[in-house]
Amino acid sequence: MPKVLRAVKMDQCIACMGCMLTCARVRYQSFSVERSAIRVRTAGGFQSQMIADICMGCDPPPCAEVCMSGALTPRAGGGVKFNRDACFACEKCVAACPVGVITMDNELHIPIICVECGSCARHCPYECLEMVEVETKDYVKEEERMARDVEEEKNAG
Amino acid sequence: MLGRNYIKVLYIDLTTRKIKIERREDLMEYIGGSGVAMKLFSELVKIDQDPLDPDQPIIFAIGPMNTIFPVVTKTAAVFRSPLTGNLGESHAGGRLAMAMRFSGYDAVVITGRASSPVYIAITEGSVDIKEAGFIWGERVERTGKVLRDRETHIGSGKRSIIRIGKAGEKMIRFAGVNVDTYRHFGRLGLGAVFGSKRLKAIVIGGNRSYPILKPKEYNKVYNKIHKIATESGAMKKYHEIGTPINVVPLNEAGGLPTKNLTQTKFELANEIDGVSFAEDLLLRKLSCSGCPTGCIHIGLLRIEYGPGYKTKFTGVGYDYELIFALGSMIGVGDKKGVLRLIDAVEEYGLDAMSTGVILAWITEMFKKGLLTEDQLGLKVDFGDTEAYLEIIANIVKRPNTFYRDVGMGLAKLAEKYGGKDFAMVLGKHEMTGYHTGYGAMIGQSVGARHSHLDNAGYALDQTMDKLDKREMVRKLIEEEIDRCMLTSLHICLFARKIYGDKELVCEALDSIGIKATPKSLTDMGEKVWRLKNEMKKKMGFDFRELRFPKRFFETKSLNGILDTDTAKEIVDIYVKEGGL
Repeated sequence: MPKVLRAVKMDQCIACMGCMLTCARVRYQSFSVERSAIRVRTAGGFQSQMIADICMGCDPPPCAEVCMSGALTPRAGGGVKFNRDACFACEKCVAACPVGVITMDNELHIPIICVECGSCARHCPYECLEMVEVETKDYVKEEERMARDVEEEKNAG
Repeated sequence: MLGRNYIKVLYIDLTTRKIKIERREDLMEYIGGSGVAMKLFSELVKIDQDPLDPDQPIIFAIGPMNTIFPVVTKTAAVFRSPLTGNLGESHAGGRLAMAMRFSGYDAVVITGRASSPVYIAITEGSVDIKEAGFIWGERVERTGKVLRDRETHIGSGKRSIIRIGKAGEKMIRFAGVNVDTYRHFGRLGLGAVFGSKRLKAIVIGGNRSYPILKPKEYNKVYNKIHKIATESGAMKKYHEIGTPINVVPLNEAGGLPTKNLTQTKFELANEIDGVSFAEDLLLRKLSCSGCPTGCIHIGLLRIEYGPGYKTKFTGVGYDYELIFALGSMIGVGDKKGVLRLIDAVEEYGLDAMSTGVILAWITEMFKKGLLTEDQLGLKVDFGDTEAYLEIIANIVKRPNTFYRDVGMGLAKLAEKYGGKDFAMVLGKHEMTGYHTGYGAMIGQSVGARHSHLDNAGYALDQTMDKLDKREMVRKLIEEEIDRCMLTSLHICLFARKIYGDKELVCEALDSIGIKATPKSLTDMGEKVWRLKNEMKKKMGFDFRELRFPKRFFETKSLNGILDTDTAKEIVDIYVKEGGL
């Protein structure tokens, strides 16, 4: 099962910003903290703890549902795949993101969107970020699975 | 500078409230950081005017590798020091270098004096000079909180907020500037220069992006350095226990300045050692933006403020120099006492080292009957944390002539009140935490900033087998030139083991389109070092006027008792060998 990004131990974060710089470097060949799908910030200065705003790896992904051009498509395991050439910068995905982490890059004319590549987690020196397998959030599939389980139990019984 | 052949300089004049932006190709030979700041300083300093004159400049500069290579995190600040009257240069980490990088400015120059207190907000598209009357007089931490809530347009995590406390506002000559809560431009009085300009704070940041022009080359060298930084053990000392790991070894070797350097061994050293802090009070570690190390050690300060277990807590950053200055030097041998004193110094925005060394002198003066209870407003003895907290508050409150004089710094203070033989200053700058031998003492005296970090003489004392004066001088000069190069790129000096490899630095620079050779880097370092010394001379510094307080020769150092003639001889060799 493909994995998705989770900010599992942000209480270990040292605020090095390596994840943001890595996302910009690897995905966009840029030196930037803006061109990054992960945002690390404090909740009120360095005396508080760090917070990471990241893609939830939704399944099904609302951003892909509103995408008219097919640039965003659901990815197995959660989240989306992004086809840059198909994107016409309509920004519908920005509005659709339930946690508001998709931003438009006005220079590149594409949304800065997480594709669950895991580069940021690999460069995190303190294991705050991790790629993990998650159970499906698709309640339809989940209900079908539960029904199957009940069926199997019945048959076994 | 990144992907372009000029240094972008933002000039802000607080008197006229106008700005100017220059793209300076000619500054490229100074590469960035210390070098660029020093060159701009040489153009702008007013030699005949007081350091706190409105026309004096404050210059901040970063280098081409800042933020985009691991552990290249520092920003240089250059100004005329109100403490020494001479060259002021201080370096700070935190988020500032990253914030400057993405604001698009390689250097920021501030001159003039605002008609009323202000703060400056800088981002890629705007420079705003805003009223700061409502935060004038506020504590350093509170100032940060207020500005964080007001200046939201840059975005949390991407801004840097640098600010002064009351000490800077009152132009106390050893006031620093706090950077993002836990880092500082501590030494030589930049805070007072801010105060003289009625400048409370600068909020800077930006959302600029720069294309990586040679991704293949860049990623290769980036990954190589990242691997060394995280896996080789080069940064281990700084990451694990941190700089306070030095307390016990230095004490055992007999080099830890204690009780105003009447001793070099402290009976309570084990109590305030890095291991003891880490095991009992370490709350968390933080890092500067763009550094995977996490060397910023935060200790838990828990205070019972009233009966019935009324309790509050705060996180206080600690490091070796602070433990020396607000611990062993004043005989405070408990961690909580040290953290409380650091916290007080942070609140007002004072330089911890200068403050501690002044407290030590005050204590000895009082014990010798050279200062009265009337002057101090209390009695004091080494180890008395409560008294020290009160004295620190008075330094900022300035209730009488004595405390107003304290604000001038120890060199001036001892000139007026006596006790020069045990006023522990070198080059008019309060001493640092090493009585290891000639290397430390002379190193700080001849270093351009009179900082132990100019040439690390204290390390020479601990590595040279026996004293060879000429060899020592040669190594001091070589190290300072090397460090001028590192701080022009603005590599953190903690990473000197990594970037000491000049071939690697050249490879890194090449991957971002800057051509350099190990030789050209050394030449640049030397050029910056010479420029610093030239400027110092112009501002009135003279090696022949260097004086060493007698105490340095009375108390046994790590290398035994030192003598005045040898010290003078080494300075003479330094002047000659350096061609100064």
